[in-house]
Amino acid sequence: MADAEAAEHPKYLQHHFSDAAQQRESSKLGMWIFLVTEVLFFGGLFTGYAIYHSWYPEIFHAASRVLDWRLGMVNTFILITSSLTFALAIRMLQVDRVKAAVWNLAATFALAGGFMVIKYIEYSHKFHVGQLPGKFYSYGGIDVANPHVFFSFYFMMTGLHGLHVLVGMGVILWLLIRTARGRFGASYHNPVEVAGLYWHLVDLVWIFLFPLLYLIA
Amino acid sequence: MSEQTRSAAAELPRSAVAVPERTDENGLPRPNFLRDGGGTLWSWLTTLDHKRIGILYMIMVMLFFFVGGLFALLVRLELFAPGEQFFGPDTYNRLFTLHGAVMIFLFIIPSIPAILGNFVLPLQIGAKDVAFPRLNLASWYIYMIGAIFALYSLVTNAADTGWTFYTPYSSSGSDTAVISITLGAFILGFSSIFTGLNFIVTVHKMRAPGMTWFKLPLMVWALYATAIIQVLATPVLGITLLLLVLERAFGVGIFDPAMGGDPVLFQHFFWFYSHPAVYIMILPGMGIISELITTFSHRNIFGYKFIAFSSLAIALVSFLVWGHHMFTSGQSEFAVMLFSFLTFMVAIPSAIKVFNWTTTLYKGSISFSVPMLYALSFLFMFTIGGLTGLFLGALSVDVHVHDTYFVVAHFHYVMVGGTVMAFIGGLHYWWPKMFGRMYNRTSAVAAWALVFVGFNMTFFAQFILGTQGMPRRYWTYPEQFQSLHGFSSSGSLVMGLGFLIMGVTLLAGALRGRVVGSNPWGSLTLEWTHATSPPEPHNYPNTPVVENGPYDFDKLVPRVDAPGEPGPEPEPAPAK
Amino acid sequence: MDTTATFWMPPSASTTAGDVDSLFYFLLWVSVFFFALIVGLSILFITKWRRRKGDTGRLDTGPTKNTLLEVAWIVIPTIIVVIIFVWGFRGYMNLSVIPANAMEVKVTGQQWFWSFQYPEGASTVNELVVPVDTPVKLTLSSQDVIHAFYVPSFRIKRDVLPNRYQFAWFEATHTGEYDLFCAEYCGSKHSQMTGTVRVLSGADYKAWLEGAALAGEGMAPAEYGGRLYESKACVTCHSLDGTPGNGPSFLGVFGHEVTLEDGSTVIADENYIRESILNPKAKLVAGYQAVMPTYQGLLSDGEIDALVAFIKSVGGEGE
Repeated sequence: MADAEAAEHPKYLQHHFSDAAQQRESSKLGMWIFLVTEVLFFGGLFTGYAIYHSWYPEIFHAASRVLDWRLGMVNTFILITSSLTFALAIRMLQVDRVKAAVWNLAATFALAGGFMVIKYIEYSHKFHVGQLPGKFYSYGGIDVANPHVFFSFYFMMTGLHGLHVLVGMGVILWLLIRTARGRFGASYHNPVEVAGLYWHLVDLVWIFLFPLLYLIA
Repeated sequence: MSEQTRSAAAELPRSAVAVPERTDENGLPRPNFLRDGGGTLWSWLTTLDHKRIGILYMIMVMLFFFVGGLFALLVRLELFAPGEQFFGPDTYNRLFTLHGAVMIFLFIIPSIPAILGNFVLPLQIGAKDVAFPRLNLASWYIYMIGAIFALYSLVTNAADTGWTFYTPYSSSGSDTAVISITLGAFILGFSSIFTGLNFIVTVHKMRAPGMTWFKLPLMVWALYATAIIQVLATPVLGITLLLLVLERAFGVGIFDPAMGGDPVLFQHFFWFYSHPAVYIMILPGMGIISELITTFSHRNIFGYKFIAFSSLAIALVSFLVWGHHMFTSGQSEFAVMLFSFLTFMVAIPSAIKVFNWTTTLYKGSISFSVPMLYALSFLFMFTIGGLTGLFLGALSVDVHVHDTYFVVAHFHYVMVGGTVMAFIGGLHYWWPKMFGRMYNRTSAVAAWALVFVGFNMTFFAQFILGTQGMPRRYWTYPEQFQSLHGFSSSGSLVMGLGFLIMGVTLLAGALRGRVVGSNPWGSLTLEWTHATSPPEPHNYPNTPVVENGPYDFDKLVPRVDAPGEPGPEPEPAPAK
Repeated sequence: MDTTATFWMPPSASTTAGDVDSLFYFLLWVSVFFFALIVGLSILFITKWRRRKGDTGRLDTGPTKNTLLEVAWIVIPTIIVVIIFVWGFRGYMNLSVIPANAMEVKVTGQQWFWSFQYPEGASTVNELVVPVDTPVKLTLSSQDVIHAFYVPSFRIKRDVLPNRYQFAWFEATHTGEYDLFCAEYCGSKHSQMTGTVRVLSGADYKAWLEGAALAGEGMAPAEYGGRLYESKACVTCHSLDGTPGNGPSFLGVFGHEVTLEDGSTVIADENYIRESILNPKAKLVAGYQAVMPTYQGLLSDGEIDALVAFIKSVGGEGE
């Protein structure tokens, strides 16, 4: 009986699914729902941001000035490009060009790394001058009451987003290795596809974060 | 295999039972998931079988139910009379906090979805498993990690903030281990999210051929609506608790008035999750009640679509009523008006369900099996819980009874009189499916009677305490409340004894009870008609093909009913 | 209006309480009706159609849908709840709209006592004294965490927040003493953060105000201090028998050396006690949390003198 099942079930098909289409649709739906929870997770922070921005617009305008919008802009381009290379990787798998897919995944990984390097530069500068959240705030250059509120939001939002980028990098690396080993091809590349959805969301969140934090001055 | 399809119009429910390939020395079917999925502890801890994961959850969740119950009894003992009875206010404050946190996050939220939902959802839709079995197991481990964080707070410096963690007391007022219990709740949230995600995908993609949406058992509808709330609301709790942890650990100043923050904002964030969470707790219980009332009335459900859609209506409106927890905290009159109105609107779908269940009893053939006793006591107590909700939605009355024992009594009538009754009823209902054995009816009925009487003694008195003005979370109280408090505390002992007997009865039944065969109740949903008791590791040898609705008792020809508790089934001769 | 407690409700002693009670009883009867309907029908059905011994399995003959019935039990409850909603909202507006001529009392909640400041300058702790038949506006604020001001007999409750003023009002209709509770959990002694509302006739209130100004007159300082020890809520945290509470006991303190948080010691003399009342966090006794609020502005110099005398007298007895 086990042999008979193996004959009609490809290796990648898990036993409880009746066919590959069901497995593929399930994993995609699962990822979409997960993305909904992610949106709500970030949504909590965005709501908090909106409320405090409406209470204290002067804090947000004044404090936003000290951020370097050029670094933010570069990071925006980097993430958009990485979304593109990820999409290309999936496309290459669909047409069974595994090698090209590997290169595109590698490019995505490198771009994500670049994003984190720039983030590191920004963070270390802020730590240095004391533009820190809440009670750690010690920077003297912003002339409004409670400027630390802005940096609380800045660090929580970019920190949570950065964590998502790091998790994404881990996933991309894992996919890269498996693709290089030939596990994925035109017939089966579900994991790459759903990870792509996740990566696009990470990109999208940044596209909202960038103007809200860097460009409101 | 004619027994494996539910096609013949003239079938008998008692003959529509799955016939096992063979049976073991005790008469239990083989293979079954309890014995044939691996016998080692390791095989259980690494199992991907939704039924085994359900049982893993059951072990932990029931353990925490016991712990939370113990805290409750200690609280009630201290409240027997004013002043210090057994311990001081600091211990008392920790006990009621832990009672709330353990019961909410570790017991009642995972109880029905994670135990019974895991066990029956794939069976009821004719699937081999949930869509993501690995994620399902991971959810259990996440639950365990969250539980460890909560326990860490318990054994080091138990938190005393109340399970609601209101700022600024939780962020700067209390010097107890708030961070670990908050992180515990945060982590438990992810367990809940992943279970919900799994169920949504399972219901959408894993249904057996012929299992259309309107042939789904109402338990599945209820779990589906619950899963939507779990997925949409829990992330907001996650971010709120994370903010609280950051506030406490790093003083980010979002909720701290000393740094320009707003403590009431925390309440908004918190209740945005925690009010829908109330429906995470009650909706699956409503699903169980639909199963129990039809089965034990031998009667098709009245108003299937109304019950199914009222679950979805509750799920949606539940997101818009969170402000009714804050009628006295100084929201604008407009917000207060809106929240009050929506609160009344969310009462309607619950009322629809109660009316439909009551009408389902009409011209039924009602058997007083143990699960049905719990279902009927649900109708009794949930009605009280629901109606007293109207008092709390009515603004001017709410101002008087808000944060008094009236609220405590109301939510215990909904959560214990509703959810826990449904959960225990569900356990008694699916117990023979899980273990293939029946518990002792006499002691199960005795346990039910004690719980019913004890519960009503404990909590009805608290309605009167509340309207008389007794505030909640009080370690001591003025003399005039003593008689009612004493009465309430006595009731809690009766209820505790009932739950203890119930646990022993179920455990003894699982280990040594009478072997009862595949379909002892004569139910018509797939898990009873097509799966053995206990089911095979992969549920169904052949994927069932569904033609009838889940409660089509009217399509059956007349049969002979056994009175009361059904007797042992005529089992087919073991195939040796 | 009824000033005695009923089975359900405490005495009703404010102008707004009557309407709240009427709605409450309306809700009660609506609930009793629906409860009796549902439970009564259930009992009828399960008795009439219970499965009997040897039942030949009468088949399901009951209906499974009836749109008219469904519509009826959607529409009728909806109408009823809309009535309740409108009634409740109007009552709520009565509680929110403060009469313009109301006398103003400033209420401060802190862990774990209430203090009241009257327009004429008097102040009390854990006891709100008001004249009957006069609207009173309460301006509420908190020094630390969230509290809630709750007088069951007036049917009023309002959360007391640390970062903004909240308002409530009432007009007492009967003289007497009524319970005052903190209704929002606020930590260790939440259940002891209680007090009394004393409603006096207009003449008595005037007399009380004058008396308040002359309080302690003709009393020995230690005796007056003993009264203040009770009325200003020192008793909540400081015992007289040596049992440590949230703060150290007063027994045998005066004139003795106390060890502070940082390990240094200090003699508990008049000035130390005065400082500890006005600025409690300055010299914290070892082993205690900095939870005591400042009494700056709540006690007059004369009252502080009396308290010092009182602590002195307790210290003496401890020897």
